[in-house]
Amino acid sequence: MEFRFFYHFGNFLLMLKGMFSRPENMKMYWKQFMQQCVDIGVGSLGIVFIISLFMGGVTTLQTAYQLVSPIIPKSTIAQVVRDTIILEFAPTLTSIVLAGVIGSKIASELGNMRISEQIDALEIMGINTKGYLILPKILAATLMIPLLVAIAGFLGIWGGKEAGVLSGVLSSEQFMMGLRQEFKAYNVFFAMAKSYTFGFIIASVSAYYGYNVQGGALEIGKASTTAVVVSCVLILFMDYALTAILL
Amino acid sequence: MIELKDITKGFGDKEILKGVSATMESGKVNLIIGASGSGKTVMMKCIVGLMKVDSGSILYDNQDFTAMDHRAKKEIRQQIGMLFQGSALFDSMTVEQNVMFPLEMFSKDSLKERKKRVDECLERVQLKDAAKKFPAEISGGMKKRVGIARAIVLNPKYLFCDEPNSGLDPQTSLLIDQLIKELTQEYNITTVINTHDMNTVMESGDHIVYMYQGQKQWEGSNKEIVFSKDQQLNDFIFASEFLRDAKEMRQLDMFKDSKWKDQLEEQLKRDGKK
Ligand SMILES: Nc1ncnc2c1ncn2[C@@H]1O[C@H](COP(=O)(O)OP(=O)(O)OP(=O)(O)O)[C@@H](O)[C@H]1O
Ligand SMILES: [Mg+2]
Repeated sequence: MEFRFFYHFGNFLLMLKGMFSRPENMKMYWKQFMQQCVDIGVGSLGIVFIISLFMGGVTTLQTAYQLVSPIIPKSTIAQVVRDTIILEFAPTLTSIVLAGVIGSKIASELGNMRISEQIDALEIMGINTKGYLILPKILAATLMIPLLVAIAGFLGIWGGKEAGVLSGVLSSEQFMMGLRQEFKAYNVFFAMAKSYTFGFIIASVSAYYGYNVQGGALEIGKASTTAVVVSCVLILFMDYALTAILL
Repeated sequence: MIELKDITKGFGDKEILKGVSATMESGKVNLIIGASGSGKTVMMKCIVGLMKVDSGSILYDNQDFTAMDHRAKKEIRQQIGMLFQGSALFDSMTVEQNVMFPLEMFSKDSLKERKKRVDECLERVQLKDAAKKFPAEISGGMKKRVGIARAIVLNPKYLFCDEPNSGLDPQTSLLIDQLIKELTQEYNITTVINTHDMNTVMESGDHIVYMYQGQKQWEGSNKEIVFSKDQQLNDFIFASEFLRDAKEMRQLDMFKDSKWKDQLEEQLKRDGKK
């Protein structure tokens, strides 16, 4: 893969700048935004449901497997599960999966509109296509992905409890007690800060690669792969950066 | 009226347009004709600003489009209707919604009025039955017609059609030509059409620009084209035996009209056929 960081970064910033102009018709922009919220939010609920339940279950079992000392009370397992899920798994793992689901969808949708000249058709009508097509997607993603992450957090913890109880690692009461131990609200803030960032990365990077597709149908596939790969790498990088800065 | 002044356009070191000047008049159907790959689509995209010209200028009613800022360009564009070579319909919307889209975006009419306008346009392209279908469910020719309906729904001042009747049967094709011609005259639109359809050329070519190897090779009306002695043009337009016969018939026909008589006589004399 040709790595022209500054070229892409500059173009990316220009794209973001180009999104802002007076909407031709606020109602249509709003409609587009709502449509995207449904597509991104409701469209990804199923997968978020599945991964967060299993993610929680696995975390509980593995934590129990590692904390074998009799000195450590069982409730600690729940506390570890809670923090792992809130700090890392819910925001990062969910976002990585969503990068695949939402990112490829955004990139291929825009790529298809580009090569079939639908974007040109909008442009000819006198519509700011960056504003009309990209901005609502980014806004919808930065609204919906944190919501999905929050749902993933709850479901993950719940899944962890169920897995713990089912496998007889700890009782429901022990788990609930552990959940309340040393709870820091800051962790939740941290998770939300991460998920806003990741949501923005997923939507904007995928939109960038989709919007700038050149050539034929083959390039759409390439663009969506690139979009997902670059989003994932950036998510992991930002994950590290935010952790280093905020924690 | 749209004026092109010496526009050039190239991709890499390949020059596609090598200094083209032409005037597209309002209330007339202006045709750009030329062989496949001669740069018709590129020229049209340059005129509407989807591609940037390398040099030269484009004037929309004496306003320099190439020098405009983004906002002024947008204003001009809201008066443009365009049919793309591949139709470019929004494939997430039905036929009806496609035609409705420009209205929803720019018109302040009530929903009922907008619906009425959409029906009217679909009626004109004879597609009322397909209103609820998606682009993937209709034929290529139908897509073209939806594209035309979408292009005219806002009553544009400038209408661009990239091959409006490729992929249509001769009858529908003629119907589309007539529709475009009617609209052009009715609303005094500046219409620019890319085509290699000979019917279109002969039936509605008020003003024809023939492109050959990136340059304007010939310019004139569908009356004059019959008398043109340009070899390239004749080879291109009257390519088949049938069309050459048709050309002679048309010449004889026009012989009855005194306006063309002298011109024709002169030519026939030169050809030594009389
Ligand atoms: N985006 C582009 N990049 C590079 N070359 C291009 C591009 N678009 C068009 N060309 C080249 O420009 C030339 C003219 O193409 P154009 O599409 O204008 O032809 P055309 O006259 O419309 O042909 P047709 O009648 O088949 O539609 C072709 O040789 C084509 O290869
Ligand atoms: Mg073409």
